[in-house]
Amino acid sequence: MNKLLFEKNIPGSNSFFLPPLDFSAAEISSTIPAEFLRQEELELPELSEVEVVRHYTALSHRAYGVDDGFYPLGSCTMKYNPKINEWAARLPGFAAIHPYQAEETVQGAMEILYRAEKAFCEIAGMDRFTLQPAAGAHGEITGVMIIKAYHRSRDDDRRIRMLVPDSAHGTNPATAHMAGYEVVEIKSNAMGLVDLDDLRSKMDAETAGLMLTNPNTLGLFEQDIKAIAEIVHGQGGILYYDGANLNAIAGVARPGDMGFDVVHFNLHKTFATPHGGGGPGSGPVGVKEHLAAFLPTPLVECKDGKYWFDYDRPQSLGRVKEFYGNFGVIVKAYCYILTLGGDGLRSASENAVLNANYLRHHLASDYHIPFNRLCKHEFVATSQNQMDAAHISTLDIAKRLMDFGYHPPTIYFPMIVKEAMMIEPTETESRERLDEFIGTMRSIAQEAKEEPDMVKNAPHRTVIVRVDEVAAARHPIVKWEAEQ
Amino acid sequence: MAYTPNPKKVTDEMLHSIGLNSMQELFGDIPDDIKLNRPLNLEPGCSEIELRRYMLELAGKNINVEQYPCFLGAGAYDHYVPAVVDQILQRSEFYTAYTPYQPEISQGILQAIFEYQTLICQLTGMEVSNASMYDAGTALAEACQMACEASKRMRILIPDTVHPEYAKILNTYCISGKMQVTMVESHTGTADVDRMVEMIDKETAAVVIQHPNFYGNLEDINRIEQAVHQQKGLLIMIVDPISLGVLKSPGAYGADIVVGEGQSLGNGLNFGGPYLGFMASSKKFMRKLPGRIVGQTLDFNGQRAFVLTLQAREQHIRREQASSNICSNQALNALAASIYLSMIGAQGLKEIAVRCHQLAVYARDEFKKSGLQLKYEQPFFKEFALRVKDPGGLNRMLLDNDIIGGYELDDALLLAFTEKRSRMEIDKLVALIGGYENE
Repeated sequence: MNKLLFEKNIPGSNSFFLPPLDFSAAEISSTIPAEFLRQEELELPELSEVEVVRHYTALSHRAYGVDDGFYPLGSCTMKYNPKINEWAARLPGFAAIHPYQAEETVQGAMEILYRAEKAFCEIAGMDRFTLQPAAGAHGEITGVMIIKAYHRSRDDDRRIRMLVPDSAHGTNPATAHMAGYEVVEIKSNAMGLVDLDDLRSKMDAETAGLMLTNPNTLGLFEQDIKAIAEIVHGQGGILYYDGANLNAIAGVARPGDMGFDVVHFNLHKTFATPHGGGGPGSGPVGVKEHLAAFLPTPLVECKDGKYWFDYDRPQSLGRVKEFYGNFGVIVKAYCYILTLGGDGLRSASENAVLNANYLRHHLASDYHIPFNRLCKHEFVATSQNQMDAAHISTLDIAKRLMDFGYHPPTIYFPMIVKEAMMIEPTETESRERLDEFIGTMRSIAQEAKEEPDMVKNAPHRTVIVRVDEVAAARHPIVKWEAEQ
Repeated sequence: MAYTPNPKKVTDEMLHSIGLNSMQELFGDIPDDIKLNRPLNLEPGCSEIELRRYMLELAGKNINVEQYPCFLGAGAYDHYVPAVVDQILQRSEFYTAYTPYQPEISQGILQAIFEYQTLICQLTGMEVSNASMYDAGTALAEACQMACEASKRMRILIPDTVHPEYAKILNTYCISGKMQVTMVESHTGTADVDRMVEMIDKETAAVVIQHPNFYGNLEDINRIEQAVHQQKGLLIMIVDPISLGVLKSPGAYGADIVVGEGQSLGNGLNFGGPYLGFMASSKKFMRKLPGRIVGQTLDFNGQRAFVLTLQAREQHIRREQASSNICSNQALNALAASIYLSMIGAQGLKEIAVRCHQLAVYARDEFKKSGLQLKYEQPFFKEFALRVKDPGGLNRMLLDNDIIGGYELDDALLLAFTEKRSRMEIDKLVALIGGYENE
């Protein structure tokens, strides 16, 4: 069993120390009044350096990253994270500069912010971007607050609702609610696309706009996007683009040209910055000219080759993040754009879509694929065949995949498909990898028929087996305690 | 350069195997009139050699804190990061992983988060911590939202001694219409406690206090705590985690929710991000916390295991009923904080906190010897506002002398002292400022 840090605590074993003090300093109790000082014991664990290193190395052996293998997690775009970008972001000229340094001492960093914004504008077909949001969901709340600020600036306070398709990422309704909107769900039609009649009946003068992912979470392109934009705009609404699935179309089509007014990008998806086990990401938000005044401050401007921060934007929403966003992540994404160039970005999308269609095509003989037609960078399969034959669920298949060294796909999402497995291979997988995965999926399908318990009780080769999640939620233990 | 492994011959074969002839056909479902139909107007791609050269050039245009001593703080601090931290962060099982949704292959990350939650609780004296937030400013906004939900009230009282960027972020989030923020002015470098106590009433959802505050000064929290709890509102504290090596913990003050900027814990300055917001609370608010929480449980063989828990709070389950929209945020920065705290331990944190304070006191005493005064005569931790005539001119002069000066206030310079500063650097700073001011 892996011991916790706290179970390895040996007081006095810690080897960290400071340089010697070269002036005479009084006891802290003479310069800070006693009422402010800690009376209670500080309980942090003490370990030697080598034990710290071994502890975390052991933990890393019980984790799984893109560098370990195939990670077809739908809507998460788990592509390879180039190592040169990690190197660049760690240069002291980027990693060891203070956000409040004088502008003339950080011109190189500001140039990156400025040029990254220009590149995002070109890729999105938008006029301005803020790089402040720290993640996709943070970009969403920023974008929706911009929509609210826009309507308010026109004294249009009637708009109390936000439309969200039933196939949308959970963050969309959560964001709209957080921004103070009532969420109204739009149905998908039999083709898995936005139902235009339902949209028409719900988009009115009391509705702020529509949040849409395109391609949607079924991996299908919303072909009626121009009609959708007309319906939303016709009622004075704003069209929001959730960029989680941008990896399908970068360099091929642009949200701005489809009629979207606001977009967010996920740099940790499309632009190959690592996911970090749950962040840091970055979720820049782009807008068309009519919304630019509401962007958070500051924006970076350039005059005569000198970069400066523009805080003087009276209609600005304000601020959504400390300083200028997750700069280190932006450096990596900008490196990625420089490396690939325009053609490379397009080629990445092409390969991502090809890989997805290749998997979809070759899995269709064993797995039910509810919308089995041309998809974009991802598609949804289900366990319906295995369920009907042997009560094997999507969860079972996901768990069995781990025994073969794969990270499972996104499961039980989108919610409009029963027993969904959302599969996104990304462009950085070779045909050999895809063929191996297809082979494994087929053999699991075979097992489901012949040896169903093998699948139902999976995983067998991982460091733990399935966990009791119900007990975890019912009697939460969320920290280590000494008396345990 | 590209990271797509399949050569053209292979992609052609793949296309044929699915009944297609060209890459273009893969986009046949996108109407032609919304296709880009031209190359993106970006520079052509480049090699790693060219990229490296360009990045070195851009990085070289910035003056970094390895070159010049840095006395800037104001929410981002030049604390020392032990070499172990970045070495571990570069293990790609950590940094190339997704959020640990699949516990069987993510025990390492889940355990690390569970340990992080415990470390934050130990540090703050609180009962529960979430897995991290974007930064202190957004953590504050979410804490206030949480306080409004929990108390079913709308008013947030906040002194102007809170970091101005945190206050701005909070104000931005008020566009939801679910919070009203009242800012209380002060003049002494600490919150106007009399005025705040007077203003607390049964409409008050929460009172926010930053300690040490934006000016580095220590706040009188006890009276505010009593007043807000008497009216059944919440006390939200913003704290500097390094200060907790010597200062009384928020738990001991009776705080309900604690947030803070975790950058100081093993995260570099990074020109403002990525940083780390932390958030902890008392147990009764556990099911209202935003973001990820990891819990301990057993697997079906009876082994200890860790898993994301209490997910009924979260967007992917509850959609519009979620406590927040937050999902992925700053996991790797939280890991850095954990590695940092395990490297320095209780004794190390205490020593670092004492050293920061002693260096600041030394600097103040030296400034006083040169006839300079602090703007506020208040107890401080590692940062204080030095009264000067011309902060802008002074900072430029310091830069000319290879020093990154302080944060410019109207008539003062806010100076921060971390354990990385030395007596020699401070002596030089004092001599330069003394010379300039006494001219």
